[in-house]
Amino acid sequence: MDPVAAKYIGAGIACIGMAGAAIGVGQIFSNFLSGALRNPSAAQGQFGNLIFGFAVTEALGIFSLLVALLLLFAL
Amino acid sequence: MADPISQFQIKNLVTLGQIGGHEIAITNSTLFMGLTVAGIAALLIGGSARRAVVPGRLQSIVELSYEFVANTVQSTAGSAGMKFFPLVFSLFMFILFANMIGIIPNTFTVTSHLIVTFAMAMLVFLTVVGYGFYKHGLGFLRLFVPGGVPLYILPLIVVIEVLSFLSRPISHSVRLFANILAGHITLKVLASFVPMVAGIGVVGWFGAVAPLSLVVAITALEVLVAFLQAYVFAILTCIYLNDAIHPGH
Repeated sequence: MDPVAAKYIGAGIACIGMAGAAIGVGQIFSNFLSGALRNPSAAQGQFGNLIFGFAVTEALGIFSLLVALLLLFAL
Repeated sequence: MADPISQFQIKNLVTLGQIGGHEIAITNSTLFMGLTVAGIAALLIGGSARRAVVPGRLQSIVELSYEFVANTVQSTAGSAGMKFFPLVFSLFMFILFANMIGIIPNTFTVTSHLIVTFAMAMLVFLTVVGYGFYKHGLGFLRLFVPGGVPLYILPLIVVIEVLSFLSRPISHSVRLFANILAGHITLKVLASFVPMVAGIGVVGWFGAVAPLSLVVAITALEVLVAFLQAYVFAILTCIYLNDAIHPGH
């Protein structure tokens, strides 16, 4: 296979990993919302935890994006 | 199409000389770091100069940002963490201003370079390690031994804890860097659709409204991301510092 074509295909495949992070981030926010609607008074205090969970989950998706970007521009 | 990567190019503005074969120069990165610090200094000094009982606009912004970060430190690292408030506040304001300045078109984004974010993440990491050993001595290593774990899987857990601790500066820095980088590349690619569509002719002029409005919408999203990433960096700093202050799980 042409190495340039293989590089682009690889970058595309690497981006699929972001779907997993998308599911995870969606889970976090949906669970936060359903919890917050049941007990709105406790929701304010959990904002930090929400953002922390979001950040940790999102980092994994960002890593796969980084692999794609490295393939496209750096290698 | 304009190369979406060229906006991150570091250019020498003033070359000062060479040390051991390495160029020492004032680059656009240096310039925008200086601008960021100047902006923060102007806001904070200007806002706290008059110290009115009923705060004006500028003073309100300063008080809001101070209280926001102070509450974050207080709630995640406890009152013992307040001695690290200057560190967290500086990091938060620097990243926030650097991100916000970077959104203005034709500017350079300092935080879109891995070395900048990695330096900040290493600063936090070394602070955590240094303060942990200074405060607790070898007791800091209890951080890697969670309580209530059965003895036969404890070796495995310790290895995982050590690895996750060592990978913290990587994920801490790459998160900020890649978010900003990806956002700016997205903006650039979408912006390059505008002249592409408009080049078709009269129909294209009206068609180009769609990508242009998309660029405006994404820019608004980027403002949110700029704030969110600064907050995430600050809150992760607090959580890591909390490990150094209270290492037992």
